Amino acid sequence: MERRNEPVDPRLIQPILRTGAGYYLLAAFLSAVVAAGLYVWIRQLRLGLAVTGMNHPVYWGLYITNFVFFIGISHAGTLISAILRVTGAEWRRPITRAAEAITVFALIVGAAQVIIDMGRPDRILNVIAYGRFQSPLLWDVTSITVYLLGSITYLYLPLIPDMAILRDNLPADAPAWRRRLYTLLALGWHGGPEQRRRLERAVGVMAVLIIPIAVSVHTVVSWIFAMTLRPMWHSTIFGPYFVIGAIYSGIATILIAMAVIRKVFHLEAYLKPLHFRYLGMLLITFNALWFYFTFAEYLTTGYGGVPHEMRVFNAKLSGEYQAAFWAMVFSMAVAFVILLLPHLPAPRRVRLPAFRPGYALATAGTALAVALVMVSQNVSGATQAGLAPSPALTRLLTWLLVVLLLGFGVSVLPVLRRNIVVGTVIAAFLVDLGMWLERFTIVVPTETRPMLEGYTIGIYHPTATEWILTAASFAGFALLYVIFVKLFPIISIWEVQEAEEVIPQMVEKVKGYLPGV
Amino acid sequence: MPRWGMVIDLDKCTACQACTVACRAENNVSFAGLNGYRRGRAIFWNTVIGRVEGEFPEVQGIFIPMPCMHCDHPPCVKVCPVGATYQDEEGRVLQRYERCIGCRMCMQACPYNRRYFNWRVQEWPDTFALYRNPDPETQPRPKGVVEKCTFCVQRLRKAREEGRPIGSDYPDGVVPACVETCTGGARYFGDLDDPESIVSRLARSPRAFRLQEELGTEPKVYYLRPGQWEPET
Repeated sequence: MERRNEPVDPRLIQPILRTGAGYYLLAAFLSAVVAAGLYVWIRQLRLGLAVTGMNHPVYWGLYITNFVFFIGISHAGTLISAILRVTGAEWRRPITRAAEAITVFALIVGAAQVIIDMGRPDRILNVIAYGRFQSPLLWDVTSITVYLLGSITYLYLPLIPDMAILRDNLPADAPAWRRRLYTLLALGWHGGPEQRRRLERAVGVMAVLIIPIAVSVHTVVSWIFAMTLRPMWHSTIFGPYFVIGAIYSGIATILIAMAVIRKVFHLEAYLKPLHFRYLGMLLITFNALWFYFTFAEYLTTGYGGVPHEMRVFNAKLSGEYQAAFWAMVFSMAVAFVILLLPHLPAPRRVRLPAFRPGYALATAGTALAVALVMVSQNVSGATQAGLAPSPALTRLLTWLLVVLLLGFGVSVLPVLRRNIVVGTVIAAFLVDLGMWLERFTIVVPTETRPMLEGYTIGIYHPTATEWILTAASFAGFALLYVIFVKLFPIISIWEVQEAEEVIPQMVEKVKGYLPGV
Repeated sequence: MPRWGMVIDLDKCTACQACTVACRAENNVSFAGLNGYRRGRAIFWNTVIGRVEGEFPEVQGIFIPMPCMHCDHPPCVKVCPVGATYQDEEGRVLQRYERCIGCRMCMQACPYNRRYFNWRVQEWPDTFALYRNPDPETQPRPKGVVEKCTFCVQRLRKAREEGRPIGSDYPDGVVPACVETCTGGARYFGDLDDPESIVSRLARSPRAFRLQEELGTEPKVYYLRPGQWEPET
């Protein structure tokens, strides 16, 4: 089949060709954050990891948290473009490219965290020269390398026909480098039946291969922790727990990316509420799985009551990490409610006056004021000046905050219900926040409570260097994505076009399920 | 081939920390400064931890001096991705500073927290640099690598070169700096594979125990329980 002259929806190519001032502003902002990260990283290379908050015995901190988080969200692509492809979910078509791009960029940023965290990044090649497969770290190096190479291949293969489409549909005034780039990347694609057959086959094989690789990646990431004897790391469910969390945060990230792409490039016709609804259902499923695993993990530890594990357990649930831990649980629970709302039957005759946007603003504003009061009471200057808040006042303010946030939640319910895209994206933000906090509360509290009785308790306060590098990592991830959408179509053009041809096949397929045929 | 081990009699230990100081001088362990110490950056190849045992009013504080346990099944060696930490044929767990990539996986694996990371370039304030041990094996470690107790591997090497005996079994036997300096004579060093050596005999004592023995790491540092002192040992 010759696809050369098939008309292409200009909406799919416009994002590549038209660049507004907003794009340059965003790219400049992200580049500035990345540059700040580079600066503090070079400073860290010169001065050593002493510029971080890490110490003895908290040997790993935000960098490893970010590593686990980014490798986790890299599972977005595998889920959408591999699992959904293999199971024949046709609605995946406009999302595959956006998801697979997340995979590649999250892997790059995730792998960079390890290099940032290393004491001697100049010796990175020792891992190849002297690599020992007995070490869980080498499992990670191997698995992540294979996954990165596989994901790049898997991003590129379905890109070939689109490169040919761009090559053939570029306007006459397009710059010559673009034409050269697309001609080169199209590899002489002309859409003949033999080429298509081979591509379908290659993509099909990659889709199956990439799934076990992706599962292995986050399993061995968890095994870095689980293979040590440290309390609450040495757990048998860490492998599946991390994989579930990875896919969970991956779906949330793809939802955020989709919402941005849809809004910025006016692709509402392609990324429909239906896609948000379906992905939102997947997100609910993984939310439930995540709660199940978390519950199983903490109940087993708490019920067992082994002293050195209980020290970590208490540090998380009621000690210095309680804010992070309960914020995580709260985010996930709120995300669950928001995601479930559109699927519940509409409440009839509910005329509560609380369902008003005005109330939402009022409660949110008051909550913010209360939060600011609480923060200002906790700044170190106030504490030193003897102005430390009384526990009773803190407790009162905390409850006030909870009530106000609940009030806010109730008043925005109808809005979230009406607009599934907004609701799903808010839930997705909460899920990503919760998952980052989960990674943090897994990595750090364990290190502060060494197993050996009588050993010093660790304290960890991340420094500005670590926060700047964290911000730079997120900005770098966004920047790679922003550059990508300028070079390549973010919605797979040929796969969407192909969907039309699949309709008769699908009809036949459904008929095949029925007894009459 | 000897299998070096240490026995520490907690009844004779006065927690004076002389072992820690001697170790620093012998092995050129760097200074962290007060600020660095407060931020958890200080390096202690040997340290002394305190525990409180019993319930009020029957409480007893005990102090446990801790060099590296030189485990027979060292968890740190298992997890090193580049073989920078290894067990030599005499049972010691040693570190190749020139190969270490600074990932700190071994530190996570060590259940005794006996490994230290060089968070920054090592420093010797004022004239301390003049008193550094000139031995090539104790030269300052570069920033970004992990370091640890070696049972004073350089002392044992020199003893062999000079043909001197090793261990607490000989009046002039060469021993690690912490053993030599111990003010209470609480530390013993020697070959655990020799059933007649002092350390072997003490390790068989009913008072002997090892830290976190239940983990199966088989430490080669034994302790003698306090409160049961026998003058003849």
